Amino acid sequence: MREPLTTHTGQAVALSRDDVDTDQIIPAEFCKRLTKSGYADTLFGHWRKEPGFVLNQPEHQDASVLVAGHNFGTGSSREHAVWALRDWGFRAVIATSFGDIFLRNALKNGLLAVALPVPVVAGLAERAQADPKFEITVDLEQLTVTTDGGTWEFEADHRARWLLLNGLDDIDVTLRKADAIADFEQRRPAWMTSITRGAFSSPDAAKQRRAS
Amino acid sequence: MSTTERNLIEKVWESHIVDQAPGEPDLLYIDLHLIHEASSPQAFDGLQLAGRRVRRPDLALALEDHNVPTNTLLVKDAMGSAQLERLRENCADQGIELFSLGDDRQGIVHVVAPELGFVRPGMTVVCGDSHTSTHGAFGALAFGVGTSDVEHVLATQTLALQRPRTMSVEFVGEPPADVTPKDLILALIAHIGANGANGYAIEYRGKAVENLSMEGRMTVCNMTIEAGARAGLIAPDDTTLAYLRERWDPAAEADWDEAVDYWRSLRTDEGAAFDRVVELDVTGLKPFVTWGTNPGQAVPLDGAVPAPETFETPAEQQAARRALEYMGLEPDVALRDVEINTVFLGSCTNGRIEDLRAAADVLRGRKVADTITMLVVPGSMAVRAQAEEEGLDRVFLDAGAQWRLSGCSMCMGINADRLQGIQRVASTSNRNYEGRQGTHARTHLVSPVVAAATAVVGRLAAPTEL
Repeated sequence: MREPLTTHTGQAVALSRDDVDTDQIIPAEFCKRLTKSGYADTLFGHWRKEPGFVLNQPEHQDASVLVAGHNFGTGSSREHAVWALRDWGFRAVIATSFGDIFLRNALKNGLLAVALPVPVVAGLAERAQADPKFEITVDLEQLTVTTDGGTWEFEADHRARWLLLNGLDDIDVTLRKADAIADFEQRRPAWMTSITRGAFSSPDAAKQRRAS
Repeated sequence: MSTTERNLIEKVWESHIVDQAPGEPDLLYIDLHLIHEASSPQAFDGLQLAGRRVRRPDLALALEDHNVPTNTLLVKDAMGSAQLERLRENCADQGIELFSLGDDRQGIVHVVAPELGFVRPGMTVVCGDSHTSTHGAFGALAFGVGTSDVEHVLATQTLALQRPRTMSVEFVGEPPADVTPKDLILALIAHIGANGANGYAIEYRGKAVENLSMEGRMTVCNMTIEAGARAGLIAPDDTTLAYLRERWDPAAEADWDEAVDYWRSLRTDEGAAFDRVVELDVTGLKPFVTWGTNPGQAVPLDGAVPAPETFETPAEQQAARRALEYMGLEPDVALRDVEINTVFLGSCTNGRIEDLRAAADVLRGRKVADTITMLVVPGSMAVRAQAEEEGLDRVFLDAGAQWRLSGCSMCMGINADRLQGIQRVASTSNRNYEGRQGTHARTHLVSPVVAAATAVVGRLAAPTEL
């Protein structure tokens, strides 16, 4: 069992840029560790070198809700992007849309990635910019985002939400279907039974075949 | 319309459902799991911590590609070396086939798996790498996943997934002779936007696609993720079968006919629906090049850098302004006047034998400009061997380019092939993000022939200018 995750309340910080790709969230040269932690210092690694960058400001050091723009987390599948956001202290990211793989990775690691309409996100970003103490609550149980200015509903992947609310392990849950997986394997065609069946083990063997 | 008519994506999806329930994601069987050193160590660790074993090591193939240096077999970087070492330990422990640095089968995972015949139509293929979409060229449902999903596949050989919406992308008409597969996909991404296909799986259709070789199809499918879609498929046809026939082991001859019968059924039925249909007329298409910091920011090579105020929304205008600032470009400058320092030919997008042949045809008898450093990095050691047999290495070396070993190289800044300082690169890879090829690198994505012509001229150029 993991710790069930139902809701998070925290200070918001706005990153008002669209199409923030995972190469920006964590540049590839910082993705060499063998662990899932140790990435806090390399979150937005290149942008953090700019003194004016928002996460370098002392008033935002306690922020745990990132308000982003359109297509956040686009690009590479690196889960390090999610680990880095978590390591820095983020528990939720609110954006108008997300890169597909990032969204899936986020929920798998208990980072609440929530998509809301453009005007709502713009309003949240404005408040966060005006007041570093501005708080946002993301409630996974009720599927709502709440501030002192209102409440908005969002959608979440059904399975991911259920796993998080109940503190369940994804693989454990799938392995309850072990019989169905074994049944499926029995039905697979012979030429798919192994990746090496029908395939060549070396370029030389393939070349000889082409020559023949 | 009858509900029995299905598109290609639906057919492949439905044939892999292990378990389903209303309102739940489908549990999908994974036929082929490709593994590399950069996204897998934490997955193997998780498996070990939970006391689990790899369910089907025989359905996995591992490659060393992201961290390998391409100028030597010696890995000098300690962390990169540790990732490679860990992959070797994990594969040995779990009985997974691994093609290591120094092996004549080593190369970029998305180049090696197809060229050895491991990828077939109708398969589901995953890898902890977003460019897994490459394998859609065979009519396989292939997509990138994160490390948690890598662990899930290692343990269960399945993934629980929401069915994607389906999009038909039809390239209408036939493109001019100087337009390459890279230009087709860059033009499409510019047309629908870098997030334009988010949540969809794409089927690429039309005569322009049917006319492509398997290598060309892989280039198109490879950059599907740059349009926001995780998977992009092309229905198998005679071209696909001919490619696979050459790679089918005679020892499994008895399976061939059955496999072909099945593959022939993998076509979108007449009248089957898609959730979205996009058409792109390619009749007058031109070679494309990116000017900005996402792959959707691209224009024809004979065009100019767009002015930010010409974009529709304030957000797009701001993004364009920021991109131009990073790229060090002024609005209205002709792309052909943009001077380049480095040319990179390679990657899982354009590191195959046809790409090298096309670039060599442009460079033959010519010299790389004095101001240019050009790297030629074959996508696999087999591609390298083939190129050497055809004398392409001599063409590149005589022109003054570097002839390298195989790996991901300068596509991403994780290995030694990384640009230092502010440099402008014409690259046949797939991403022009800020800092992708080096902290201050300015990337212009181009096709192999434009890369070669650019190397000769010293600024962005098409072969027709030579």
